[in-house]
Amino acid sequence: MAERGRRASGARHADRPALLIGTAKGGFLLESKGGAWRLAGPFQLGSKVHDVRLDPRDGRTLLLASTGGHLGPTLFRSTDRGRKWRETKGSPKFGRASKAAKFKGTSRGKAVKINFWLEPGPAAEPGSWYCGTSPPGLFRSDDAGDTWTGVLGFNENPMWSTWTTDGDSGTPDGSLLHSVVIDRRDARRLMVGVSGGGAFESTDGGRAWTPRNVGVATDFMPPGEHLYGHDPHQIVASPADPDRLYRQDHCGFYRMDRARSFEWKRVGKNMPRDVGDIGFGVAAHPQDPDVAWTFPMDGTKLWPRTSPGARPAIHRTEDGGKTWRRFDRGLPKEHAYFTVKRQALCADDVAPATGVYFGATSGEVWGSFDRGESWTNLVAHLPHIYSVRTARFR
Amino acid sequence: MKPPAVTVSVGSVLLDYVGGRPRVTAHGANVSAVLDDLETRHPGLRWRVVDEQDRLRPHVALFIAGKPVRDLSARLKDGDELHLLQALSGG
Repeated sequence: MAERGRRASGARHADRPALLIGTAKGGFLLESKGGAWRLAGPFQLGSKVHDVRLDPRDGRTLLLASTGGHLGPTLFRSTDRGRKWRETKGSPKFGRASKAAKFKGTSRGKAVKINFWLEPGPAAEPGSWYCGTSPPGLFRSDDAGDTWTGVLGFNENPMWSTWTTDGDSGTPDGSLLHSVVIDRRDARRLMVGVSGGGAFESTDGGRAWTPRNVGVATDFMPPGEHLYGHDPHQIVASPADPDRLYRQDHCGFYRMDRARSFEWKRVGKNMPRDVGDIGFGVAAHPQDPDVAWTFPMDGTKLWPRTSPGARPAIHRTEDGGKTWRRFDRGLPKEHAYFTVKRQALCADDVAPATGVYFGATSGEVWGSFDRGESWTNLVAHLPHIYSVRTARFR
Repeated sequence: MKPPAVTVSVGSVLLDYVGGRPRVTAHGANVSAVLDDLETRHPGLRWRVVDEQDRLRPHVALFIAGKPVRDLSARLKDGDELHLLQALSGG
């Protein structure tokens, strides 16, 4: 594997996790070694790789979601840091078309186009994974990603077509299921995001689902409160408090304190007015539920989805969204027109100098080793980046 | 009666599935049967070209004796050549 990367001043980079990078042309691994960030890969060169994740339970199983330009979606697995990859036996599949009344309005008859989001299952269920797809479907594996079955309570819910606009809400890259949020206290409690469709929650392992969108704006629909049809871009739960949820939506940035209420509060209204609260990604602090980061983008007029004023900056809250601070030291000062996609913003588990990372559609990975306050370009010239995920190998 | 034997010419995007050999032999009376036969020796190939509803994927092209087909039930006879290629879908 080819290796390249940037020199980086040593101490701040010690003990940082590796970064798994998914791009429009393949996957990569970026690791800090001896004061330098070294790039390994590409993995599956030529494939669109929307997500690459490490199983945190064994610290060695990598899953890579691949979509070929010509071929159908598939998955690859590695257990040696990406040196060798083996295609899994199966890939998520919707149920066969059926005229039976009980399947009316469900995903039956659809075909998966993209394996979009990978989520390792709960700690108590080793080998379990979830995959979110386009059209929006939720799938589960119990054999480390080798075979997959649909979560039928969602995919074959009679409301599926209504919730997801029949799987094609008109979002630019196709409707997606993302943000599989598993409650670490109770693995039966799941939340997913559907773009477009909204957030949906299950408390019984995926059999029954309830829309969770109260309080979220829908600027693209007639005025009024809508139960579904929203466009969450990413939802995360605080690792420290699973009832503290943050949601970066097409229509603002929100917080939910689930133990008290299922209503989302638009804390993004506290962002500077000239920046706004539109973006794709959100990262939650590993220990402090009041700390989160988002990377605002221009959601005005024609929605360029680039940084407001072409001046990239991350925004951090330390009080659950009541106030926000802008940080851009080290980032381009002007004329930077990249986008940071929803899986491409993340935080590591280091305290107190938590690392924050993002990948840009212009192919750069940026890292901050001081809670987002200053930034270093870790690698450049990669393809359009879809995802950046932290990984602690063992 | 043994099903027809055909030669399958495999496009570059699928060569990993057939051990890098651009031409392989398979048996089947129609395209679907040929793909099933190939799947027994080259697992994963069928899924990359046919979706879960048994539809040919949009960017895959099939030709039988030089003529384009989109139907997996298209018939094959002994000695036919089936081209299984990536469609022209870029600039």
